[in-house]
Amino acid sequence: MSEATTTVHAEPEHSPFLQHHFQGMGQQFDASKIGMWLFLVTEVLLFGGLFVGYAIMHAKHPEAFMQAHHHLSRPLGTLNTVVLLVSSFTMVMAVWSAQTSKRKLLILFLSLTLLLACVFLVVKGFEYNHKFEEGLLPGKFYTHQGDTVPGQFMFFSFYFMMTGLHGIHVLAGMGAISWLLRRALRGDFSSVYFGPVDLVGLYWHLVDMIWIYLFPLMYLIS
Amino acid sequence: MANALSTTATGHSAHLHGDYLDDPPGLRSWLTTVDHKRIGLMYLWSVTFFMIVGGLFAMLIRLEHLTPGRTIMSAEQYNRVFTLHGAVMVFLVIIPAIPAALGNFALPLLLGARDVAFPRINLMSLYLYWTGALMALGTLFMGGVDTGWTFYTPYSTTTGGGVTLMVLAAFVLGFSSIFTGVNFIATVHKLRAPGMGWFDMPLFCWGMYSTALIQILATPVLGITLLLLVMERVLHIGIFDPQLGGDPVLFQHFFWFYSHPAVYIMILPAMAVMSEVIPTFSHKTIFGYKAIAFSSVAIALLGFLVWAHHMFVAGMSTYAGAIFSFLTFFIAIPSAIKVFNWIATMWQGSIELRTPMLYAIAFLLLFTIGGLTGLFLASLATDVHLHDTYFVVAHFHFVMAGSNLFGLLAGLHYWWPKMYGRLYNETLASLGCVLTFIGFNATFLPQFVLGSRGMPRRYFNYLPQFQALHVASTIGSWILAAGLFLALATLLASLRRPKGMVDNPWGGKTLEWMTSSPPPTHNFEGQPLPQHGPYDYRPVPVPLGVERHEG
Repeated sequence: MSEATTTVHAEPEHSPFLQHHFQGMGQQFDASKIGMWLFLVTEVLLFGGLFVGYAIMHAKHPEAFMQAHHHLSRPLGTLNTVVLLVSSFTMVMAVWSAQTSKRKLLILFLSLTLLLACVFLVVKGFEYNHKFEEGLLPGKFYTHQGDTVPGQFMFFSFYFMMTGLHGIHVLAGMGAISWLLRRALRGDFSSVYFGPVDLVGLYWHLVDMIWIYLFPLMYLIS
Repeated sequence: MANALSTTATGHSAHLHGDYLDDPPGLRSWLTTVDHKRIGLMYLWSVTFFMIVGGLFAMLIRLEHLTPGRTIMSAEQYNRVFTLHGAVMVFLVIIPAIPAALGNFALPLLLGARDVAFPRINLMSLYLYWTGALMALGTLFMGGVDTGWTFYTPYSTTTGGGVTLMVLAAFVLGFSSIFTGVNFIATVHKLRAPGMGWFDMPLFCWGMYSTALIQILATPVLGITLLLLVMERVLHIGIFDPQLGGDPVLFQHFFWFYSHPAVYIMILPAMAVMSEVIPTFSHKTIFGYKAIAFSSVAIALLGFLVWAHHMFVAGMSTYAGAIFSFLTFFIAIPSAIKVFNWIATMWQGSIELRTPMLYAIAFLLLFTIGGLTGLFLASLATDVHLHDTYFVVAHFHFVMAGSNLFGLLAGLHYWWPKMYGRLYNETLASLGCVLTFIGFNATFLPQFVLGSRGMPRRYFNYLPQFQALHVASTIGSWILAAGLFLALATLLASLRRPKGMVDNPWGGKTLEWMTSSPPPTHNFEGQPLPQHGPYDYRPVPVPLGVERHEG
């Protein structure tokens, strides 16, 4: 060891969840939170590409997009918006429960969030099914008859890509929430260690937020 | 590979617990490791392997151009070879070379940290890299790819072969790059040694931080662009297809929105290496610490505003062209600031011409040539003449390939004793540098002339009057290859020497030299605390907090 360096041995904090390369739980939590925010930035940019593409194609074919969007069901879209908004609330409550070491409430709220995510996907499934039956499919699979304006397939290309990618994110979120639920049942989380709940919560809000942009963009064109 | 010789180094104090190379031992422990140093080395050797693969494709291209018309391959094979050369070199070599290999190895050591912030995500990044690499090479068995590495539509949506697989490979490699970026930003924010402020960090860390910013902000856009391209190929969704009401130029905008910032993913890390190597071998404090640090960030951010200079002839309004041209000139300023600061660092220093310093000086020359020729391409009028000619090929090889390669080799020769605890043969290593430098210039300087006389890029055939310059370029490629193999062989030969004899061969002042070489598994015995600035070469260093390094 060089003379230019002195050594201190970090005060050990005895949490089983502290990884070896962090000095303490605070540093570990802060680092993971930065990581999560950076990941969310990449997610926004990933969807951002699709939003830009949608905006440009919408500007190029305003009539077709206008006509095509009448095939979407506003009531079901609204229902799903409400479902996701409520699920964001239950997620917030789950994070609060973890932070205040309320294990039973944490399990309850995580289960509720998971349930609402299921509802969202089921409703989405009904919507997709309706599109399949009418031949309102992306690209070359578009077979809907009796269009008055050409080019409506492009709207459905974007509809399926954007809601599909969003749906995959909902599925991933459900996986993450199930993992939290298992750990919550095991009693891992408390006011000392609640990082994963917080991070999945952030992710879940992003999934919710993307839908809040998708809904008016797709369902409420005027 | 190092295990057999480690016993010779016993008795050296730091090796009582073994070093990271053989603690824990075994191949399995390497493949499941979360140690940033091991992941860095695995990246290094993977990148080296693919550099040889991509280099062989390059040699084939040059060999083909020895004569006009067919020399060794058909035009179709030629298209596939230059596509694979570009795709392998860009996605598998240049982008990960310095951040994922040297950065992973050195960044936590320079910060006085035990590891990066997310070691498991780091390992996942490596596995994604390997997956993407296998997918990219898998296209060879699907008829190859003949689109060029840029995958321009509408050709890329209509041609056959393995385009879809190659595009998905680039998508996977993008995630590998994002994971490295997320890791580096969180590491720099949260894992600096106690007492190390932002302006006490070695400048390599600023370079890595800026690179990581680009990786995070640009790569997702490439990801979605490539997905859209796959969808266009598979479903004909119409966005890039003019027959279906789409816009092929939109693809170019999307593509370059990532791929122009990506060239700064390639150059910023090389610049980061320079900021370590040049003060160490000048034995002098870096000149203009803050100017270099902020110019890295400026390049990272300005890099997002210049993408359309790739498209001056692709159908764009003159007004937009003028703005992008201006912004492109503008980004030359932070680059020049760095070059002048490095030269000012060398000024009146006691310069020691060891191999890393030779590579650093070569970098300065190559980067200056590459940067200055970029100005011709940034000018709207001259670009119309030079666009898509060998002038462009030569220009981007100087900035992307040459500067990145020399940055990588400078850093590799600089940290090699840290990685393996051994010094290489200085004479042979220097000779390797000189040969590589001569070979590089012999290959690409003639291409500037070729391009300015009208030789288009990516063409299989050429007019007879271009042959002399093509032959010169091909001979240059042989010298370049010889130099690189000499460098590689010299480094590998050093592994036969006894390990652990040199902890700080260059007299470096940054924290990585304050532990043994090779470092122990957890990098430092205890937590190192920086006592003075990273480049304080004064006989009596001034403690941190008393005075800034610029003094």
